[in-house]
Amino acid sequence: MAVTSTKPYVGVPRDVVANFHGKQIVYVNWEQHLLFATPFMLVVEPGMRFADLLANVVKPLMQADPDAGAVDLTQVEWRKGKSAWQPDFAATLAENGIVHKEQLHFTTPGLNTLLAAA
Amino acid sequence: MDMKTAKKKLGLKEKYRLLTRDLGWEPTYQNKDEIYPYTKYEGIKIHDWDKWEDPFRLTMDSYWKYQAEKERKFYAIIDAHAQNNGHLHITDARYLSALKIFLQAISPGEYAAGKGFARMGREFPGVGTQVACQMQAIDEIRHAQTQIHALSNYNKFYNGFHGFADARDRMWYCSLPRSFFDDAMSAGPFEFMIAIGFSFEYVLTNLLFVPFMSGAAYNGDMATVTFGFSAQSDEARHMTLGLECIKFMLEQDPANLPIVQNWIDKWFWRGFRLLGVVGTMMDYMLPKRVMSWREAFEIYGIENGGALFKDLARYGIRPPKGWDDAGKALDHMSHQFMLALYQYNFGTTFHSWIPSEDDMAWLSKKYPTTFDKYYRPRWEHLKKLKEAGTPFHNMGLAKLCQTCQIPTVFTEPDDPTRLTQREVDYQGEKYHFCSEGCQHIFENEPEKYVEAWLPMPQLFQEPINGDLAAWMEWVSLVPGKDNGDFDGSEDQKNFDAWRDLAKSNQ
Repeated sequence: MAVTSTKPYVGVPRDVVANFHGKQIVYVNWEQHLLFATPFMLVVEPGMRFADLLANVVKPLMQADPDAGAVDLTQVEWRKGKSAWQPDFAATLAENGIVHKEQLHFTTPGLNTLLAAA
Repeated sequence: MDMKTAKKKLGLKEKYRLLTRDLGWEPTYQNKDEIYPYTKYEGIKIHDWDKWEDPFRLTMDSYWKYQAEKERKFYAIIDAHAQNNGHLHITDARYLSALKIFLQAISPGEYAAGKGFARMGREFPGVGTQVACQMQAIDEIRHAQTQIHALSNYNKFYNGFHGFADARDRMWYCSLPRSFFDDAMSAGPFEFMIAIGFSFEYVLTNLLFVPFMSGAAYNGDMATVTFGFSAQSDEARHMTLGLECIKFMLEQDPANLPIVQNWIDKWFWRGFRLLGVVGTMMDYMLPKRVMSWREAFEIYGIENGGALFKDLARYGIRPPKGWDDAGKALDHMSHQFMLALYQYNFGTTFHSWIPSEDDMAWLSKKYPTTFDKYYRPRWEHLKKLKEAGTPFHNMGLAKLCQTCQIPTVFTEPDDPTRLTQREVDYQGEKYHFCSEGCQHIFENEPEKYVEAWLPMPQLFQEPINGDLAAWMEWVSLVPGKDNGDFDGSEDQKNFDAWRDLAKSNQ
């Protein structure tokens, strides 16, 4: 059942990529680094190179975490959505198959300063 | 000359019949299904509306009498509060953040509930239900009004109260209660009763009005205590109406059971998410605390809720699907929510802060297995950043849950080191969720939730197009005045200065 209604009903999504003036949403999450309350929501151009997204957008946002200095984002383990994934750093987001509202995750095993008390 | 006639006084039973049940009549030239078009499409089968038991047998005339008396008492106390500078009698101006959130998030919810019950009073065919819903509609409007009146006394002196009506529709942390009520009000009448009568009134109200109002008393806020007491006496009636409606549906036809169970699952989880705000207010925003959120939930959630589900077990109802996950979240959610409010405080209309040493000692004691292990290190680090002159503002903005619409700040039920992240592809679009519970709700009715208005993505669409200054204006927020760290805020400075004046002769 798609929706409980008195007559046929078709929902219209509010966040389609066409509403973002040539940009798209990408979510990036640093696993086990919960100083950041949620994954970062980024609004960027699909033609941006993945390496530039990391260097110019993601890296500055990570700085508040004490582990930030120790991370080389080209050497971390990546996941795209639910699956393991190897990004092409020189290619664009679009060429990397990163669609609108894609969730990227990266893991940095061994780094967990703010959970050290655990 | 008029002749005096002996007036026969009506007995209670007769009066009740005349003022309620006697209002119902069988239509002769209209089809009942056309008069009540919304009673069948949800699949609930009702065979005999007369079987509806009126839990309180309250008639309009006695209702006016009780409520008028309460209003008189309420306004006498509010008057006294204004005349005696009640705004200086609170423990500390930090407490006001809890009130601002209450006014922005909860009071408009009361108003929405009023609109909803007015509609239910029209849509339910049974006259007993109609009258009960109409009275609850008036109660809810009255609650919204008394809350706005009580808190307007603080608005004269402190920032962040002024734009509450805009905040409800536009602020990201208010999209949680807004979406809760929008979801309920766009559902059918029976689902609405489960959403509000069961989830909001049964699961939520006790937690909101009992421990939170005791918190207000502990912190010297008589205005809030007064509306709390005035509202609480109505809430028992509202809870009974919700429960009565559930029992009525279950007794009328066995086919109603799976539908009702599904709604209980859904609305328990939606209500639990909404409670995250209350938990944060209790654990972090009351300078003087009565009990922790965990302790409050153990009494009002687990004990009361547990008793309710035992009572409903004879109909085949089992505890809601998310019950266990809720239990596992108790030790975490208030901390996770407050950490989010702190790092996004540039986008709120209240102040947040890093808990003091004293606060943290209390939190360690109340959350012995989690606070020191998971949350203290983050607060200590935030303190270091603040002391270094580089306080942390998270400019990455937040990913929101498509169902409950709040930032996805919660962790896996069995692993507090990992954020719960769930995603679903539906008709070529990706949707994200904060929990299994919210994902299930979406999957049951995706067409409804794809239309969610999510504040963060909307910020980058027409008409704001990512312009933060335009957004601040649109949400009636004065940056640096209404928001940010409590330390050094106008609210803090004014409160301290006025308190000093009140106790000195200088």
